[in-house]
Formats: sequence, C-alpha cells, structure tokens
Amino acid sequence: MRKGVILVVLLVLAILALVITPMIGMTKISVTHLFGSGFEETKSTIFWDIRIPRTCTAFLAGAALALSGMALQAMFRNPLATPFTLGVSSGASFGAAMYMIIAVKSGMAFALLGISGQSVFAFLGSVIAIVLVYGLTRAKRGFSTATMLLAGVAVSFFFSSLILFVQYISDFAQSYRIIRWLMGDFDVTGFRTVLRVFPFALGGSAIVFLLTRELNLLTTGDELAASRGVAVKTVKKMLFLATSLMVGGVVAVCGPIGFVGMVAPHICRLMVGHDHKYLATATLLFGGMFLTLCDTLARTLIAPAEIPVGVITALLGGPFFVWLLIRGSSERGLV
Amino acid sequence: MVTDLDENIIEIEGFSFAIGTKQILKDVSLTIRSREYVSIIGPNGAGKTTLLKCIDKIYSGGTGTIKIKGRPVENYSQLELAKIVSYVPQADGRQFPFTVHEFVMMGRYPHLSPFSSIRQEDEDAVNASLSKTGIEEFADRHLWTLSSGERQKVFIAAALAQEAAVLLLDEPTTFLDYKHQAEIQNLLRRINLQSGKTIVSVTHDINCAALASDRILAIKEGSIVFRGKPKEVMRGDVLEKIYDKKFLFTKHPQTGLDIVVPEEVEA
Repeated sequence: MRKGVILVVLLVLAILALVITPMIGMTKISVTHLFGSGFEETKSTIFWDIRIPRTCTAFLAGAALALSGMALQAMFRNPLATPFTLGVSSGASFGAAMYMIIAVKSGMAFALLGISGQSVFAFLGSVIAIVLVYGLTRAKRGFSTATMLLAGVAVSFFFSSLILFVQYISDFAQSYRIIRWLMGDFDVTGFRTVLRVFPFALGGSAIVFLLTRELNLLTTGDELAASRGVAVKTVKKMLFLATSLMVGGVVAVCGPIGFVGMVAPHICRLMVGHDHKYLATATLLFGGMFLTLCDTLARTLIAPAEIPVGVITALLGGPFFVWLLIRGSSERGLV
Repeated sequence: MVTDLDENIIEIEGFSFAIGTKQILKDVSLTIRSREYVSIIGPNGAGKTTLLKCIDKIYSGGTGTIKIKGRPVENYSQLELAKIVSYVPQADGRQFPFTVHEFVMMGRYPHLSPFSSIRQEDEDAVNASLSKTGIEEFADRHLWTLSSGERQKVFIAAALAQEAAVLLLDEPTTFLDYKHQAEIQNLLRRINLQSGKTIVSVTHDINCAALASDRILAIKEGSIVFRGKPKEVMRGDVLEKIYDKKFLFTKHPQTGLDIVVPEEVEA
C-alpha cells in the first residue's frame, strides 16, 4: 500500500515538525534545558508558554486552511479555488475587523458559549462571502475557471473596500492593528489562543472527514453525484458550513494567511492521488506542517524582528499559483 | 425476476418543466415497463436530456407526476432513487482524475453506509461490472488516458455497479467511432436481455434505435410527437414530421427492415 506508507511518513514528519520547531528561534532550546541536568527556568517558560502554543496554533491553522482549500476545490471542481482566491478570507477579515471596531467603540466585547465575538463575526463574514461567490458562479452556468476567479476577485474587492472603510473610521492605533493582522500573524498568548482556533478547526475538519466519499463524487460533477445518490444540495451546504467554520476560526485569530489552501492540497494530490479518503488526511498533515515551517521561517529569518507569516506563504504560494494557472489549461483541467 | 416483467417501472403523467421562463417539457405522458428497451429520438434542444434528468431527480420541480415503481419521484431520497435509477452521461470531453476501478467503485455509493468501509460484495460487484463491460484490463488505468469509447464503457460499468434496475443513457454513441458504436449497442442490448435492465436511451442515431429498441419515442419542442414500434417510425411522413426534413430509405441487407440513408450532398 504505497498511499498508506506516504501517510505514515507524513504523520512522522508532522510530529517531528511539532517537536523540533519550538526549539528553534532566537533563544536556542535543547531537550536538556527542559528536562534533567541543564534545566533553565526562562528557557522552559519560553518553550512551554510561547513556542509550543504558537507551533500548535500554526499547525491547526495550516491544517484547517488546507482542508478548506481541498473542499472548495472539489466543490468548484477547480484547483485554483481556495479560501483566499474566492474571497472567503476577505469576508472573514471584514467580519473580524468590524468586530474590532464595534467592540472597541462601544466597549461591548462579547463571547458566545466561550467563543470570542471576533471568531463569530469572522465566521459570519466567511458564510456571506462563500454564498456570494457560489451564487455569482452559478449565475453564469458552468464552472469555468474564468467565471470562478472573476467572482472571487469581485467578492474580494468588495470586502477589501469595506475593510478600508472600517480602517478609515477607526483611529490610528486600531488601524495599525488591523493592517498588521491582515498580513497574517500569530499573535499567540499561551494556550488560550490555541483553544480559540481548536473548536473551529475540529468542527470543520470533522465534517470534511465524514464527507470524503461525497467529495470524490462531487469531483465528477453535480449531475453524476446526484445520480449516484448524493444529496448534492445538503452536502454542499455542509461543506460550506465546514469551510466557513475553519476559515472564520483561523482568520479571526491569525489573519488571512493566503495560499496554504492551494499549495497543500495540490502537493498532496501529486503524492497520494485524488481519492479524498487518503487526500484529506495527507492535506491535514501537510497543511499543518507547511504553515508550522513557514512560521518558523517568519520568526527566525530576521530575528529578533518577525516577518508576518502571510508574507512568507504569499512569496511561496504566488509563483505556485501562476504555475498551476499556466499548467492547468494545457493538462487534464479539473482538480 | 420474471414476475416483474410487465410492471410499469416509470410512469409519467402530464409532466411539464421549465428552466427560467423557457418551457422545456410540455405535458409529457409516458410509461416504461420493466426490462423494456426504449429509445428517445428527436431534434436537438427538444428536451430529451432534460426528461432523463427529471426522471433521475437531477433536476427537481416541474408540474405533473413522475412515478418510479408507483411512487412519486419527489418522495424518494436521492439515495433511495439511486438504487433504482442510474444516469449515464455523454462521454464528452469531461475528465475525471480517477482510475477506472476507483470510478466504478463510486457507483457503489448508494449501497455503502456512511461509516462502513468497502466490503467484499462491493469488490465483487465492481469486478462483475468490469467483466460484463469487457474493461477488466483497464481497471488500473486513469480515466483521462482512455478514448471516448472506452470511457463510455466505464460509465456503463459504474451504472451497473450501482445495481440500479433502470439505466438512463444520454447519447451513448454520439462521440464514438463505428467500432465502439457497435460495441456499445451490443453491450446495451446484452445488459437489457441478460441482466434484465430497463434501458432508456436518448439518441440521434435513428437506425441503431430502430434495430436495438423494443419501442421508440420521439420528442419535439418538449412534447411527445411519436410513440411506437421501430418499424412504424421508419416512414417518410413520420420522420419528416419529427425532424422537418425529408428522408431517404433503403432495406437493411440482414434484417430487411427499412433504414435511413444520407442524401446526396448538394453543392
């Protein structure tokens, strides 16, 4: 079983990434600093309270964004469909930015069942964006790449203008905070941050993993999927919900980090093929690992300063996007 | 199996369907018996494909009733319907990123429970449909490496793996060369006679329809304008009414039935 072996290798690599990257950084930390003879209080604190939560957040965010990308690509039957290109991230960003302003202006921060208002607003923003893009794509029949990308760009622009407006009416400090956050950033404060992302990532990916067979069938087109017995409308609604949960949950905390949702699923398809039974697991592991490594680069390249992680993923993902766009038209097209 | 021989498996009464403001089907009534082989002919854009998609609830809505095994189609869940009816699309340019085996296995979807994995009986069903359609040797090839004719066989194999009693085929031979056309025609007839499947096939090939089918329906501008035996459709006045064009006939050298031949090309 070649695919099984690849999944095990990915799992081992993912665990290694989770264990090793927290030791890398401005302050070098080795195992002996944490346990046993060379124990150092400060290094232990940095490791457990800063590095580990940050690595976990990055991994969760990467896994969730990658799975969202994978689900959108199956639904739109297009490898260029990602939370970023379809404007879902922009929708979530607008929701979160709105909340920042409203909460600060009115002093009414709220939480729903322990979930921060910012995450709830980001989730609602994703839902609106995804429904808009899907509606626009359906308005012209057929899912041509051009129609889908244009719809995504239109929705992206729309929400970007709204974010600009939000920035315009906010004061200088808030405005700076929003800009910094829009670049994609892990502003991690202990395990509380991990717990802010975790329920969204878990809920969203659980839905995706339950629907792997349906995702395979959607890849063959709505009509064939329906004829095989898939309740296409219901399944799509559930996938929209899953994607919105994951994108909203991640964007509210880490900002709109782009291109993970495109790079990870695509590389995984090259490794394990298009069957979502394997692809979903591979994408989750690879996406998590990818963003963990990008974040390690982001915080070490120009240490003690940090590069926003969104800048790193965009620098890697932009050329990849162009390559897919050029290659996609000549080869077998779909997904 | 023999007992349901004359059961009406599809009953359509006064069915009309519109997409937007465009009326596609107008007051269509028809019945199809179990194990029948019915061909639907008619000009482009007459609503033939739409009719198939309405029967399989790929399109929902419309007025009038469509009953499958005596039960209105809207009362079926998509999953229940998939155990009775399967739609086989045209083998046009569309490409799927799966191997033949993976694709045919997807036909098992209505028989799998959400949490179970693939069982031996699913593997058996897939292997049986691969051998019935004569494509065992392609099992591990990717769909995009196949020709249209081979791909059409894969689509039919997937429908067989689905174990539905009714196969709705949308122009199964349109994009194929002569050899594959003949192979698909023979395959469909074999499935009909030996496996007892009900075949409803939309086609532009009047000759093949006449040679293979038990019955022929013609749809023009959304209404049924002809229904009858193959030999009844092979008449100048009947075909001219359907296609607004004159036809030339000759005798088939093997069966002696009338067949249509193309006219001389005008300059």
